[in-house]
Amino acid sequence: MAGIIGYGAYIPRNRIKVEEIAKVWGADAPSYKKGLMLEEKAVPSPDQDTITMSVESARNALKRAGIDPREIGAVYVGSESHPYAVKPSGATLAEAINAVPAVHTADLEFACKAGSEGMFIALSLVQAGAVKYALAVGADTSQGAPGDALEYSAAAGAAAFLFGKEKPIAEALETFSFTTDTPDFWRREYMHYPQHGGRFTGDPAYFKHITGSAEGIMKKSGLKPADFAYVIFHQPNGKFPFRVGEMLGFEKKQIEPGWLVNKLGNTYSGSSPLGLTATLDIAAPGDLVLMVSYGSGAGSDSFVFRVTERIEEVRDRAPRTRAQLDGNKNYIEYGVYAKYRRKIRKAE
Amino acid sequence: MRDVAVIGVGMTKWGELWEKSLRTIFVETALLAVEDAGIDKIDSMYVGCMSSGLFAGQEHIGSLFADYLGRKPVPATRVESACCSGGLALRQGFIEVASGMSDVVLVGGIEKMTDVGGNEATYALGTAADQEYEGFHGLTFPALYAMMAVDHMHRHGTTREQLAMVAVKNHENGSRNPLAQFPFKVTVDMVLKSVLVADPLRILDCSPITDGAAAVILCPADMARKLKKPVVRIAGSGQATDTIALSSRKDLSWMESTHLAAKAALAQAKRKIGDMDLFEVHDCFTIAEIMIIEALGLVKKGQGGKAVEDGLTAAGGKFPVNASGGLKAKGHPVGATGVAQAVEVVEQLRGHAGERQVKGAKRGLTQNMGGTGGSAVVHVFEAE
Repeated sequence: MAGIIGYGAYIPRNRIKVEEIAKVWGADAPSYKKGLMLEEKAVPSPDQDTITMSVESARNALKRAGIDPREIGAVYVGSESHPYAVKPSGATLAEAINAVPAVHTADLEFACKAGSEGMFIALSLVQAGAVKYALAVGADTSQGAPGDALEYSAAAGAAAFLFGKEKPIAEALETFSFTTDTPDFWRREYMHYPQHGGRFTGDPAYFKHITGSAEGIMKKSGLKPADFAYVIFHQPNGKFPFRVGEMLGFEKKQIEPGWLVNKLGNTYSGSSPLGLTATLDIAAPGDLVLMVSYGSGAGSDSFVFRVTERIEEVRDRAPRTRAQLDGNKNYIEYGVYAKYRRKIRKAE
Repeated sequence: MRDVAVIGVGMTKWGELWEKSLRTIFVETALLAVEDAGIDKIDSMYVGCMSSGLFAGQEHIGSLFADYLGRKPVPATRVESACCSGGLALRQGFIEVASGMSDVVLVGGIEKMTDVGGNEATYALGTAADQEYEGFHGLTFPALYAMMAVDHMHRHGTTREQLAMVAVKNHENGSRNPLAQFPFKVTVDMVLKSVLVADPLRILDCSPITDGAAAVILCPADMARKLKKPVVRIAGSGQATDTIALSSRKDLSWMESTHLAAKAALAQAKRKIGDMDLFEVHDCFTIAEIMIIEALGLVKKGQGGKAVEDGLTAAGGKFPVNASGGLKAKGHPVGATGVAQAVEVVEQLRGHAGERQVKGAKRGLTQNMGGTGGSAVVHVFEAE
């Protein structure tokens, strides 16, 4: 059965704390920490972008899968921070991992669900028999305007998944997608930062689409919340995943292993995919895992995976997600953050 | 002048009504009032609305609503006086029926405020202040009321806790109002620890941004009696103006327009303030309610904070203020607020207010104001 044959995470070392950002803007750090359940977020170094992080995560996925990259027939990169407006991230990634030239690539964009979109397409191509292996990456160096609420969460990270039919570590049992035209968050061309509809991003956007998607896949698969060992929801802040989990009937303990946002921030296209890599790091054979992404605009992709015996063999071939999140951190001040994120205008 | 009665009231659930358009909210609410009145004709209508243009990009709403209500070609007039628009629409309807010009008048109030973001909403509301002397210098309504609060605290010893108690009382009342935007209780501690907006006012001192509407049907009292409806008369109506710039006032802690409007309304009703059984007042900020109960004469000047602390204005107190939950808990769709106050008082005087019923209420007063009190309107209602 088709499924995930390798997975990899990449989280940059730099961190900035909520207090450090709040201090600069005269904002109330405790209310962000308590209200949004955020503590710190990952920040990319000046030489890192969506492509470099995609390469890092894809290499980790390849280590676990142990396949010849030249057999990969499709490479998809989902991001809302592709370094170029015109020039494919996917081609650079495919070249870097030696998957060229017999490969189909595409760059995808659907706000925070661009990563899961790639997973959806990659899995489908494998299931259809069109390609032997397909790679999907969700990666972002997320943008949040200085001083905006988004600045406390917009983070950087990437997760990669290789799909194939042989030796899956997690079989894909079901997929489901839920989409409506709901303008809760957007960025036009030439705009540096996204705009959002404030509280409109909640009920009619995140909650409606995630519950619609999760209920849809559970109905389609005949499964109920108690059947799953773990569930991963998109994590724009700390609070939303728990609230939507409660709405759907999931327990905290099913959510917690894949809940990274308090220390990681919202990695946009990497958010729920990184939640899945962290969950696969600790899942046991036979466990059912539900992943539900969310992308503004708006839509949600759901996947039901069943973990296989193979997980034990491969999970330590590459660094675990939480090891990257909790180890080797480098805390930076706002000034350095502003420089790294190119918020300081230098002489031409 | 003819006696005027309210024979129909309508209100729908308030909150963030993203699934409904401006006209839908109005028509749904107006139809409830029409149904409640049991009448099949409207001679004329008034709509209180502060800024449908800035909030929803739509002006010319009198005709729009008459059309969508299926009542074209009746005369329809929009009334604007900032947050006092609803109360003034009611007054125009009252005058039209009292004068004999029309028999059945629909008065609606509406605001749809959440289709724009917080900054745009703050700007739109800010146009109720004196733009040249206040707005252009960066003042917003929380800032203006914060200055009034500081002045009141300084002059009269009103405490930060007493401000919080207004919010606690109104949320307690609002928890019994199923149509309220925030029908839950808060504690003094929650208010004191909520996010600071403009020192000393915190978020739980401020009324919210709300979508909502309210409507009433007015007709001559004689006609109401013939229809065998429970008759609630509008016994008095008073209106007054003041400087809209706070800087031009002699006393920042005194609501002169409210004081004068109440005096006029009570004189017309031939009643004293102590004759009233309940009060719906414009608590756009906690400090506002304290200043309003002073201006109405419920307590002496400077004693508003203490009165709240002593429970004088609580649901079971001597003068129940904002049994509906007030602007704080019920919500504050600015143009709708003045009409919704009338809806609450009529429901109370009919004995239909459910869990929040003020026992044996026969007379009630509504006080609605614009900006920091640049306009105010007061109505006195009496059940027969």
